[in-house]
Amino acid sequence: MTTTAAAAARKPATMAQALTRALHDAMAEDPSVHLMGEDVGTLGGVFRVTDGLAKEFGEDRCSDTPLAEAGILGTAVGMAMYGLRPVVEMQFDAFAYPAFEQLISHVSRMRNRTRGALAMPLTIRIPYGGGIGGVEHHSDSSEAYYLATPGLQIVTPATVADAYGLLRAAIASDDPVVFLEPKRLYWSKDDWSPDAPAQVAPIGRAEIRRRGTTATLITYGPSLPVCLEAAEAARAEGWDLEVLDLRSLMPFDDETVCASVRRTGRAVVVHESAGFGGPGGEIAARITERCFHHLEAPVLRVAGFDIPYPPPMLERHHLPGVDRILDTVARLQWESDWTEGRGE
Amino acid sequence: MTVLEQPGSSRHTSALPGPPPDWRPRVDPAPLLPDAEPYRLLGTDAARGLDAGLLKRLYAELVRGRRYNTQATALTRQGRLAVYPSSTGQEACQVAAALALEDRDWLFPSYRDTLAAVARGLDPVQALTLLRGDWHTGYDPHEHRIAPLCTPLATQLPHAVGLAHAARLKGDDVVALALVGDGGTSEGDFHEALNFAAVWQAPVVFLVQNNGFAISVPLAKQTAAPSLAHKAVGYGMPGRLVDGNDTPALHEVLTEAVRRARRGGGPTLIEAVTYRIEAHTNADDATRYRTDAEVETWRAHDPIALMERELTARGLLTDEFAAATRDGAERLAADLRERMNQDPVLDPMDLFTHVYAQKTSQLRDQAAQLRAELDAEQLPAQEARP
Ligand SMILES: Cc1ncc(C[n+]2csc(CCOP(=O)(O)OP(=O)(O)O)c2C)c(N)n1
Repeated sequence: MTTTAAAAARKPATMAQALTRALHDAMAEDPSVHLMGEDVGTLGGVFRVTDGLAKEFGEDRCSDTPLAEAGILGTAVGMAMYGLRPVVEMQFDAFAYPAFEQLISHVSRMRNRTRGALAMPLTIRIPYGGGIGGVEHHSDSSEAYYLATPGLQIVTPATVADAYGLLRAAIASDDPVVFLEPKRLYWSKDDWSPDAPAQVAPIGRAEIRRRGTTATLITYGPSLPVCLEAAEAARAEGWDLEVLDLRSLMPFDDETVCASVRRTGRAVVVHESAGFGGPGGEIAARITERCFHHLEAPVLRVAGFDIPYPPPMLERHHLPGVDRILDTVARLQWESDWTEGRGE
Repeated sequence: MTVLEQPGSSRHTSALPGPPPDWRPRVDPAPLLPDAEPYRLLGTDAARGLDAGLLKRLYAELVRGRRYNTQATALTRQGRLAVYPSSTGQEACQVAAALALEDRDWLFPSYRDTLAAVARGLDPVQALTLLRGDWHTGYDPHEHRIAPLCTPLATQLPHAVGLAHAARLKGDDVVALALVGDGGTSEGDFHEALNFAAVWQAPVVFLVQNNGFAISVPLAKQTAAPSLAHKAVGYGMPGRLVDGNDTPALHEVLTEAVRRARRGGGPTLIEAVTYRIEAHTNADDATRYRTDAEVETWRAHDPIALMERELTARGLLTDEFAAATRDGAERLAADLRERMNQDPVLDPMDLFTHVYAQKTSQLRDQAAQLRAELDAEQLPAQEARP
């Protein structure tokens, strides 16, 4: 057994280890899978997600590139054209921006512009979000930018099992995937073990993480543990909250979301990225369009403030926490106020 | 005099320890530098030794290319093309680029390079799909190994590097040739592509068609580099300056660069000095930024005229060959005219077909909506298909 696998086999595994394992398994199964990015080789990535892979599979398959995000993604496009399955790492959320041109002008639309003749089976791994005390440009939640681009799939795991399963699915997908890794959960553990049979998690399906009846918290990625904690705390108020993990922002699972909201009649969308222009607005609109007659209250949002990501010593005031979620849930209860226009 | 004004002051010897030898410049830049004068063959003694068959082939392609350009320009006036960026005057670059490649190699063209694609064997109508507006790419890139015509400047260059790199990883001796304009060399993607190519020693050839202008902006406002070919030295690859209207010279330099890349010698940057005779596109007014006198100077250096002189001098431009060449070009134009004058058959439902490998539920809903709208218009898309 390799060092990587041996490390991963320790129980329970972290999300970072599950990701390493997913990359490892994908590379072992399919010789066309190639990893590339800044520091992914010898160092194993700044978060060590590619740890040991260059050693095991060689530097041609896990390669350190020059420091150039457009170059990384742009050359990956050419590699995909020649039949490889590149998996590129963008070192941090805010450093993926130089690659936007390639992402939007080529990666997202190559299948479309060539009528299906050229697929882009590539995965763009991006550590994202705050909560790790990072300095400026190390904590952005950039999902809304990707979400505004047809042709991309946008996937973000919130559990260790999903980190493995969704990354395997992303690499296997014949369409490009922006794979957002909630960096604050890299070191989180749950009962996933690398010894268990490898489960690929289908892209495009949301998962109910906690059943409830009072309202649905709709969330993804780094905010899932916060929502679960809020749901536990809400029991003291007599509220039984359902928690729904989207897992994939595109494709969007309208079916699971609407079924849940129709059951509970109330919904709160929770995410770290700014509320204005953020995914929550889109999700609230979809729910309103589809579930209006089932709603007992407007769909509310708990989001990061509409500010550039704050300095680390202030980030806890910015990130949606349990209290802010519970305060928002409390606002859902005053049904009559909404109808009388005193809701805000 | 400061140290900046006086390179060579490093010849002083110092008794103190310096940086380790490994950290000093690794390559002598001199062999990477282009010559001051563009490389030329036509009109030189060396031209006498050129293969007659090759000369005739290049000439025939140039004439076809010119006819293709004038026909496509005419089609814009008839409203058959939304836009056409003509390569009139630049046919030598287009033809030489296409003919320097083997079948298994890949060409990465920009919007101006439809002729290069046609010279490589692509159906002229398929090459014009983007510019007619019926779809973005009118051909299967794998069929002739031609990447989609690329509109955002220089973004095709990293693709070429990635493809060439992938081919080498797979053990295939495939070369990628990427075309870019002088304006495109200012883009970040130009820099990143050249840097990746040199670091990876990828089998890529970059051909800059320096036609003097990026829409209206002249080269002097684009770059302060001595020449665009000089940029190569900063990446550690050879840069070569060629007369872009001298078809055999370009063909020779490109062929040699392709051969070198195929043998594992790494990338080359070639600057072809040429001129765009027509405006940027049919929508542009070139009189705002250049004089008729300048255009006339370049007409005297026309790639076809230069070749005709050479062929005549060698007795190769017989009446028979000239007529056959003209006929071939006219056939191409007539075919293009006829087929472009037919309305393309479009299926609106195609809008949803190739967004993802499988339609999302949202796209299925939207497809159903459009279907209903079409039915209501009593224009069933299915029946529009022949
Ligand atoms: C990224 C980008 N910016 C701007 C444009 C608009 N544009 C189209 S052609 C052009 C000039 C390009 O000049 P050059 O690279 O010299 O190529 P040429 O058209 O002369 O062949 C510009 C600015 C573009 N296509 N892409």
